[in-house]
Amino acid sequence: MILQNLKYMESHEWAKQEGDIVTIGISDYAQSEIQDIVYVELPEVGTELTQKTEFGVIESVKAAFDLYAPVSGEVIAVNESLLDAPEQVNESPYDDGWFLKIRMTDDSELDALLDAESYQAHIEAEHG
Amino acid sequence: MKRTPLYEVHKNLNAKFTEFGGWEMPLQYSSIVKEHLSVRSLVGLFDLSHMGEIEVSGQGANELVQKLSTNDASRLSDGRVLYTLFCNETGGIVDDLLIYRQADNHYMLVVNAANIEKDLAWVETCNDTGAEVKDLSQDTALIALQGPKSIDILNLFVPERDVSQISFFRFVVDKVARIPAIISRTGYTGETGFELYVNASTAEDLWKVLYPAVIAAEGHPIGLGARDTLRLEAGLRLYGMDMNDDTNPFEVGLDRFVKLKNRQFIGKRALLSEKKKGITKQMIGFQMLDRAVARPGYTVYQQGKHIGNVTSGAPSPTLKCSIGFASIESSRHAPSCRNTTQNIDIEIRGKMHPAKIVKVPFLSTGT
Repeated sequence: MILQNLKYMESHEWAKQEGDIVTIGISDYAQSEIQDIVYVELPEVGTELTQKTEFGVIESVKAAFDLYAPVSGEVIAVNESLLDAPEQVNESPYDDGWFLKIRMTDDSELDALLDAESYQAHIEAEHG
Repeated sequence: MKRTPLYEVHKNLNAKFTEFGGWEMPLQYSSIVKEHLSVRSLVGLFDLSHMGEIEVSGQGANELVQKLSTNDASRLSDGRVLYTLFCNETGGIVDDLLIYRQADNHYMLVVNAANIEKDLAWVETCNDTGAEVKDLSQDTALIALQGPKSIDILNLFVPERDVSQISFFRFVVDKVARIPAIISRTGYTGETGFELYVNASTAEDLWKVLYPAVIAAEGHPIGLGARDTLRLEAGLRLYGMDMNDDTNPFEVGLDRFVKLKNRQFIGKRALLSEKKKGITKQMIGFQMLDRAVARPGYTVYQQGKHIGNVTSGAPSPTLKCSIGFASIESSRHAPSCRNTTQNIDIEIRGKMHPAKIVKVPFLSTGT
C-alpha cells in the first residue's frame, strides 16, 4: 500500500508535510520486506538532521537497516512508544509506526523526493 | 549458486532466498519470528538438502572414522549418531558433524554445506586405512521435521513403527509414505524432531506428503533465518561463525566432545599441548540488558577493556531480548567469566550497551 498524499525516498522513508512540520516513517513495502522489527534507534528531540543522511536504525531479527532523513531540520518530536513496541512499525507503518517530526528548514527539499507514482515505479524496478 | 532439489517448491511458496555457503536457500517463507515460534510450540518443516553426506565404508572404515574424530567413535553401535569434530594437526576445527554408524565399517558423515569439498579432501588426505570414501551429497536430500508435534505427524506416514520409540541421537532405516528414508531423531533446534535423509529424486514427493500435514497442524515451512535463531537459543554453535580452522574445541566450549583418554586422533597432540599451555580464549553466552541487538563481529568490553568479539548474535523470539555467543579472553589469573553474575558491555554503532553473561543453552527445551 502506497499513500497518495506522501512523499517518498528511494530508501523507502515517507514524509508527510503539514505546514513546516514533516512527519517521517517507512513505507508499507519497506516494513513488509524487513519484517519482524525488534528494535528502533532514534535521535533525541533537538537533533539537527540533514537531508539524505542517516538519522537512526531499525533492526529486524535478521539485520540492521539505516534510516535516512527526507528533509533537513530540527527534530521536534520522537515516537517514544516505538522503543517498547517496535512492532508498531510493521503493524501500522503510516500511522502508529511514525518515527519523528521535523521542523523543516527548506521546503524546496521536498521537491527532490518521489511522489506516490514514482515511488511505485521505483519499487517495481527494485523488486525486478 | 547451488540449489537443492526443492528449490522450485520454495519458489512456489514465495520464499525469500539467501546465499549460504554457496547455496541459494530459503531465508524465510513468512516471518522469521512466526516460523521460529511455530517450531517451539507446534511444528516446522525444513529443507536442509544443502548439508553434505559422506559415506565411509569397507575395511578400515572404523579406524579412519575414529582417527578423524575428536569424540570417541568406537562407542557407537549400529543405529546410533555421534556429534563430533574433525581437527587438523594444529588442533583447529576442520568441521563439526554427525557420524551415523550404519554397520560395522559403514558410516555416514553429515557435514556443513560450505565444507563439503574441504571435508572430502581432508578425509581423503587422512585415509591411510584403505576405507572407501564417497560423496553422497548430490544424491541425498535432507528434510527435517522439528517441534513438539513432529512425532504425531511423522507417525501418520510410518505405519510399521511408533517413531516416538526412536531415542534421541538414534536412527532407523525405514519408509516414510513408502519413500525409503533414514529416520534420525536429531535436529538443530533444541526441540523434539526428526531429520529424514532420502534420495534426492524423492525429495519433492516426501515434502509434498509432509507439507500439508504440517500446515494442517498449524505449523510452517522454516527458512534459514529461523533455523539460525532456533539453534542459537538452543546453545548450538555454527561452524564459520562461532568456530573455524583456527579455533580449537576448548576455545569454543566444546570440551565434552573431545575424548583425549586411551585413544589416538588427528590433532590430539596439539590439543594436549594447548591445554597444558592454557586456553587463552573462551566462549560465553550473553543476553542484552536493553533492546539493542548485538550482531557478529561487535566488540565486547568489561570495565572498559576490550576482551573479545561477538561470534553469533540475534534477537531471541522466545526470550524477547537479544542473545548471542562471544569469544573472549580467558586467563588463569582472572576470575572466570563463566561466573554468570558478571556484566559486559557490547559496542553497537559506537555506543556501549549492557549485557550479562548467562548460561548456555539460553532456554531449556525438549529434545
